Amino acid sequence: MTLLEATGMTGGYGEMDILDSVHMSVDKGEIVSIIGPNGAGKSTAMKAIFGIVHLRQGRVIFDGDDITNAATQTQVQRGMAYVPQERNIFPNLSVHENLEMGAFSRNDDITASLDHVYELFPPLREKMRQPAGELSGGQRQMVAIGRALMVTPKLLMLDEPTAGLSPKFMAEIFDRIIAVNSTGIGILMVEQNARQALEISHRGYVLATGRNRFTDAGANLLANEEVTKSFLGG
Amino acid sequence: MLEFINFYLLPGLVLGCIYTLGAIGVSLLFGIMRFAHFAHGDMMTLGAYLALAVVAVTGWPTITAIPLAMLGTAAAAIFIDRFAYRPFRASPTIIIVIASFGVALMVRSVIQIGWGLEIESYATGIQRPLIFFDSLRLSKNHIQILVSTVLLVTAMHYFLSRTKTGKAMRAMSDDPDLARITGIDTERVVTWTWIIGAGLAAAAGVFVGMDTQLNTFMGWNLLLPVFAAAILGGIGRPYGAIAGGMVIGLAEELSTYPWITDAPLLSPGYKTGVAFGIMIILLIWRPSGLFRGRVF
Amino acid sequence: MEQTLFGIMMYFVAMFTIGGIYAIIVLGLNMHWGVSGLFNAGIAGFFAIGAYTTAILTTPTSPKHLGGFDLPVWLGMLGSMVTAGIVAYGVGRICLRLRADYLAIATIGIAEIFRLVLKNETWMTNGTRGITNVPRPFEDFATPWSQIAFLGVVILVVAATYFIVERALDAPWGRVMRAIRENDTAAEAAGKNVVRFRLQAFVFGAMFMGLGGAMTAHAFKFIGPEATEPLLTTFLVWVMLIIGGSGNNRGAILGAIVVWAIWSMTQLVTGFLPPDWAVRASLLRVFLVGLLLQVMLQNFSGGLIPEKSPKIGDRQKQTPAP
Ligand SMILES: Nc1ncnc2c1ncn2[C@@H]1O[C@H](COP(=O)(O)OP(=O)(O)OP(=O)(O)O)[C@@H](O)[C@H]1O
Ligand SMILES: [Mg+2]
Repeated sequence: MTLLEATGMTGGYGEMDILDSVHMSVDKGEIVSIIGPNGAGKSTAMKAIFGIVHLRQGRVIFDGDDITNAATQTQVQRGMAYVPQERNIFPNLSVHENLEMGAFSRNDDITASLDHVYELFPPLREKMRQPAGELSGGQRQMVAIGRALMVTPKLLMLDEPTAGLSPKFMAEIFDRIIAVNSTGIGILMVEQNARQALEISHRGYVLATGRNRFTDAGANLLANEEVTKSFLGG
Repeated sequence: MLEFINFYLLPGLVLGCIYTLGAIGVSLLFGIMRFAHFAHGDMMTLGAYLALAVVAVTGWPTITAIPLAMLGTAAAAIFIDRFAYRPFRASPTIIIVIASFGVALMVRSVIQIGWGLEIESYATGIQRPLIFFDSLRLSKNHIQILVSTVLLVTAMHYFLSRTKTGKAMRAMSDDPDLARITGIDTERVVTWTWIIGAGLAAAAGVFVGMDTQLNTFMGWNLLLPVFAAAILGGIGRPYGAIAGGMVIGLAEELSTYPWITDAPLLSPGYKTGVAFGIMIILLIWRPSGLFRGRVF
Repeated sequence: MEQTLFGIMMYFVAMFTIGGIYAIIVLGLNMHWGVSGLFNAGIAGFFAIGAYTTAILTTPTSPKHLGGFDLPVWLGMLGSMVTAGIVAYGVGRICLRLRADYLAIATIGIAEIFRLVLKNETWMTNGTRGITNVPRPFEDFATPWSQIAFLGVVILVVAATYFIVERALDAPWGRVMRAIRENDTAAEAAGKNVVRFRLQAFVFGAMFMGLGGAMTAHAFKFIGPEATEPLLTTFLVWVMLIIGGSGNNRGAILGAIVVWAIWSMTQLVTGFLPPDWAVRASLLRVFLVGLLLQVMLQNFSGGLIPEKSPKIGDRQKQTPAP
């Protein structure tokens, strides 16, 4: 079952298009990675899906609804959560308050979701009263993902969740992502640690200069010589 | 010593309360909407005159007119935001600053058309101060102002730290883009920011009227010390504004105390200049304020 | 009939005289905001400095205030520009590195301090009573000619100011200024000393604000602290620039004349009303000018004569940050 289907995405920040007819899709319960060199338009593609970069052409279908260029707030209510690459926590709010903010659009009881996030990321429970800005890089990333999970999303979009983390933390975050995915949440993530990302992904997209270059199962991309040579550093 | 407390320290604290309430609003608005609200002083004037109307119609004591004045001013602020500021949400913030400049004059002229240009006051007749310990003189007005300010600030603290909307306000002040991505209803947050900012400004305006008199320029004259207090506290930081307001209020009153010789340290004619002076020194020396607000 | 015609003519002479003086100040503000993007909200301060400088320099000696030094009017005006420029240099050194709304707050604060000084330092300024006997060029002429000749002086000064600022903007200096306004980081990266250029523009513009103040003192033969009230100077000048077309010098002049015409003609109307109504009507006038500013900002952000290119409207439409 297709959860997200984006076709022919063309658009950018100003006059110039960054994305050139980019295609992307995520099935229910799938982990999908976007990889590619710096400046390829990976973040832009993600923002376009979420509706914060304007699309001149193309369509984004989420869970059967056309959400092309829809308002951000309605995206969240539809069940899309997005963790940006940078500035993805509220530094002056406590960890707990960050998580509560994630549930802003909900009006039901959120204690179960809070417990779920704290179980997923035990270090956060210890630091729940501390301002999120005082946490380590890995813990901040946990806060950011936790905040997004508070939406109870169908699709979780992560822009470089492991950027700047030590291998140990990176492994832990990937492990958590698998755990999240096992509850049935679709994952679309941009990753610089492409090998590790593809290893846990069902499928992957290779993006370069704003275009789709390769699309295949994660394992196939890892096995593809051209991909490994040009995009995975040999 | 008692003279110092009665005529310098207490008035300084009262003035500090007034500046604090104004500065909290300026600071919150700056944090959330990223612009310096130049009509804030005239919001204070509006609150003061609304209370005057309530007192005139009902004959209630001034202090009980405050909630109504706060409500009225908040409603006016939301109305103004819809028509004068919301069209510029996507423009550079400086356009809203210019617009707020014009709003300040429009609000003032509406007040002047409604109430005229004469000086007004809430109560007629002399108020005898209460005497404590033989010589500590505290006027009833001053007690009311000090107590009400503590109550209002406590209520604000409760709101910001305990309620969902209050937390969302702090979140948006931290990072408006992330707030939007998170699904926070930013327009609702903006509305609440106006309710709180304008409400506190109205209370401050009424306090000025209780402490002295009302005139239609009172708000303009308060605007700069209030900005100074907000900057001192670190703009965008409502808690810093409390410290900033108190420091500026006390500095203004204490600057005329004969500290060194028998003459006032500063000629009373320059008293209002103290706030500007502090502000300008601060802007040169530490523009982020004492508590690291956001500047650049 | 003769009488009314004469009255009407005199009215227009007076209107264009003051409108012209405003045009000088608006050209100064255009240098700050329109060209350089500097939000100066303390116009009244530079205006006051100019007015008082020339008043002190050109009045006959008086025990009531500093001086006067009985100097010729042109020296007084030059002195005003120099003093305003020097003060602007000091203010600019302090304030120009601040972000725009801070600059506005700081400049208002400084203007208010000037006002306090003018009111309190009686030995220098005669306090609230102000300085009288400021000479006006050609004041010895018979009645219509004296006013008309002074209008001539104003027109000449406006023309000269326009010529100077246009030249400056066409020169490489003006192009650098615009580049800085559009994108100061890029200009900085291109090796331009952004702070120095901004300071130059700030001093340059402030000199014309001082000149406008000086002309006002001469026009009314008097200057007092009320004349430096922020409403009439700072706010009206801002409205003039926005309505005329920020970034365009011809727009600045047109804005000054149009807004002043509206302002003074509505005053004429309110003059016929009974006193009680007259006060209200004049207050309503302030409200309407505020409303006019709103309408312009929301619907015609380029003004009557928009900046040639790049248009100011485009500059304002930034992509919302992602
Ligand atoms: N806010 C913005 N405004 C204008 N241009 C932008 C903006 N953000 C990115 N760009 C441009 O869009 C292009 C694609 O950027 P994008 O951030 O999507 O790349 P990316 O693939 O995510 O790179 P990275 O691996 O470095 O995160 C780049 O050329 C960049 O300069
Ligand atoms: Mg990126």
